[in-house]
Amino acid sequence: MGAKSSMSKGISEEPQALQRAPHDLAVAVDPDELEAHDRKWTPMKIAIWAVISLLGGLSWVMLAVVRGETVNAIWFVFAAICTYLIGYRFYSKYIEKHLLKPDDRRATPAEYKADGKDFAATDRRVLFGHHFAAIAGAGPLVGPVLAAQMGFLPGTIWIIVGVVFAGAVQDYLVLYFSMRRGGRSLGQMARDELGVIGGTAALIATLVIMVIIVAILALVVTNALAESPWGVFSVGMTIPIALFMGCYLRFFRPGKITEISIIGFVLLLAAIIGGGAVAGTEWGTALFTLDKVTIAWGIIIYGFIAAILPVWLLLAPRDYLSTFMKVGTIGMLAVAIIIIRPEITAPAVSEFATNGAGPVVSGNLFPFLFVTIACGALSGFHALIASGTTPKLIQKERQTRFIGYGGMLMESFVAIMALVAALSIDRGLYFAMNSPAALTGGTIEGAVAFVNGLGMTGVNINTELLAQTAKDVGEATVVSRTGGAPTLAVGLAHIMQQLVGGPAMMSFWYHFAIMFEALFILTAVDAGTRVARFMMQDSLGNFFPKFKETSWRPGAWVATAIMVAAWGAVLIMGVTDPLGGINTLFPLFGIANQLLAAIALAVCMAIIAKRGLFKYLWVVALPLGFASVITIYASFLKIFSTVPGIGYFAQNRAFSAALADGKTSFGTAPSVEAMEAVVRNTMVQGLLSIVFVVLTIIVIITTIHATIRAYRKHSNATSEDAAVQSEIFAPAGFLLTPPEKIVQAQWDAVPVAKRPKKTGH
Amino acid sequence: MTVSVGGGAGFRLMLGERARRVRWWVRALMGEDAYDKYVLHHESCETDAAHPLMTEREFWRDQTDRQDKNPQGRCC
Repeated sequence: MGAKSSMSKGISEEPQALQRAPHDLAVAVDPDELEAHDRKWTPMKIAIWAVISLLGGLSWVMLAVVRGETVNAIWFVFAAICTYLIGYRFYSKYIEKHLLKPDDRRATPAEYKADGKDFAATDRRVLFGHHFAAIAGAGPLVGPVLAAQMGFLPGTIWIIVGVVFAGAVQDYLVLYFSMRRGGRSLGQMARDELGVIGGTAALIATLVIMVIIVAILALVVTNALAESPWGVFSVGMTIPIALFMGCYLRFFRPGKITEISIIGFVLLLAAIIGGGAVAGTEWGTALFTLDKVTIAWGIIIYGFIAAILPVWLLLAPRDYLSTFMKVGTIGMLAVAIIIIRPEITAPAVSEFATNGAGPVVSGNLFPFLFVTIACGALSGFHALIASGTTPKLIQKERQTRFIGYGGMLMESFVAIMALVAALSIDRGLYFAMNSPAALTGGTIEGAVAFVNGLGMTGVNINTELLAQTAKDVGEATVVSRTGGAPTLAVGLAHIMQQLVGGPAMMSFWYHFAIMFEALFILTAVDAGTRVARFMMQDSLGNFFPKFKETSWRPGAWVATAIMVAAWGAVLIMGVTDPLGGINTLFPLFGIANQLLAAIALAVCMAIIAKRGLFKYLWVVALPLGFASVITIYASFLKIFSTVPGIGYFAQNRAFSAALADGKTSFGTAPSVEAMEAVVRNTMVQGLLSIVFVVLTIIVIITTIHATIRAYRKHSNATSEDAAVQSEIFAPAGFLLTPPEKIVQAQWDAVPVAKRPKKTGH
Repeated sequence: MTVSVGGGAGFRLMLGERARRVRWWVRALMGEDAYDKYVLHHESCETDAAHPLMTEREFWRDQTDRQDKNPQGRCC
């Protein structure tokens, strides 16, 4: 058809038709009208923004300046929401207007590549939910909990300010650039923009980072389930539940997803309640009380089997369950925090922020706060989602701001809620739970002696509180339950029981929270292994072409086994680490995630530089510079620091020297084997740090090179797909603006059957 | 009196509308409308012998099989 080809103007900035024959329906709001609406400040609009600004300002004053004995959690909620609104309305609009310039007259990949399957225009409110469910996982729940040892203020500022200027910007830019390139992946964009060296470094870094992230997520679950018969039973039951759901959808009622998700959810609740009963019996305790090493092996075997089973059997139903749980539980927690408004007794800034001697994660606020809280403020992993499924489903270009920037603000809010939940529990209890067993001895008495010995003002814990808490949540002990998940679960249970059920329900809520986290960590482990397996097969395929055939089963199994062995080794290293595991490995997780963010931002910067938009380059240079400084500095400390608690190699030297001196115990390692384990672990961790930082420096150097070259050439190049005329209309944000309402009304007036139809692929 | 009855009916109607919208959103969020969207798309294309319309069962099988071949990461 002539109309279509004449509309395809190739790469151009020329305006395309606003109206479409035969109905003369506008496919976009006139940009001038849009601009006029944005610039028109009615008294009502001024009043609303004045109230938001004042409330936000007041909340920050309450948090940062007015510090009484306690601070109410509601101020965290207001400070976050008001800052998000201002960031969304002003900063993301600024980026939209000057940097990205979306054009709703251009069709998105979901429209011009529509196939009714992978590329399918999806309502913005639905896609927001999809995108949020895909980006939010255990990360924003765990990091803030661990960072709570430095007090409430540093974490709060980083989560809220960081998301506005870094995290949400990254997600928005990557989503937009990928959408303009037909939904291309981050790896492909890196190769296009940075050349073979930068692109290959980015690809290898992504693969290694994926392995580390899967390993540490698995470590979090392992720590939460160890010595917990209730948790092992209820989380273990999710496997048969998912298998049942998979078969139901495959053979019995295909497509009835909501129905089976509700059935699955009811079964999950039954598994949680049943877990309590089982753990109460003698045989249940005997059968399901497993130590960390056994659980770690269980997860490794599970990970391998899950990743080679067909998607429909285990992964797809697990996905439905975890979406259901995620959206539901997060909504529930938000409501509970607003109604209960817990008082926070933690200090604004604790001594561990400056002396670097915190037992939860070691190191000073700068840079370790910024790597401990990765997800929630800036998460490189999101770049893989924002250049994966979401750009193929976007209906209109201007919706990328709502989905990309707005979706990340939502995740940041989840991180704030996790921080509030962790801060709302007794400070002494917090340290008893999060200090490694190497320091507390794993006993109530040991924990009390250790925590009270830390000499923190206002912290005085006793054995009764620890024993009572363990009894309340239905666990044998709460001492040294590191990894963040159990702490968050106690916090959530503490808040939720005030709303529903009272103290008697505390154990239910605790295990509900553990289930909630375990569910999507296990999904992430399965999916992460699959993605890594494909990357591995692709790489192996360069040497053994047969591996490129993804349907070749032996190849798939070999590649899966390699990836599982890689993360499994790190996991086993973490659970057997005499130094504690989480506290030494978690910084690696944060560094890996932030380095991925640096890579994603570097790719964005190269794209912007090639477009010649140097005046606004700072929008991406600012978060890129910050993420680079933080992660490279943190990596250097991990590599070169002479303090054994911080530097991997310093620790390695200390233990090697002790072994050479013929000592049979050193520090927290009670035996020669344990000392040898420390020497081995620190060497691996140190080498991983070197690999990460070298790869990232390569990517950043190639980016700077590309940027300077673009500047010298006065580049105006683009790697975007050719522009195609759009034939559909949809509003950009959650609510319709007045100019959008006018266009929408015109569309609503035309019967559906008579609206323009796409001519297909 | 009549006013309050009218208001009640209007309110019930609004509730019905709300419930319908929530149901639509949950269904779409869970991805349950994928087949409907596929059929709509298929109808809007010119009929193509190489791509006959899949039945509902075939479509869902095809969907998970495609995920097998093209895995997507979940976030941390």
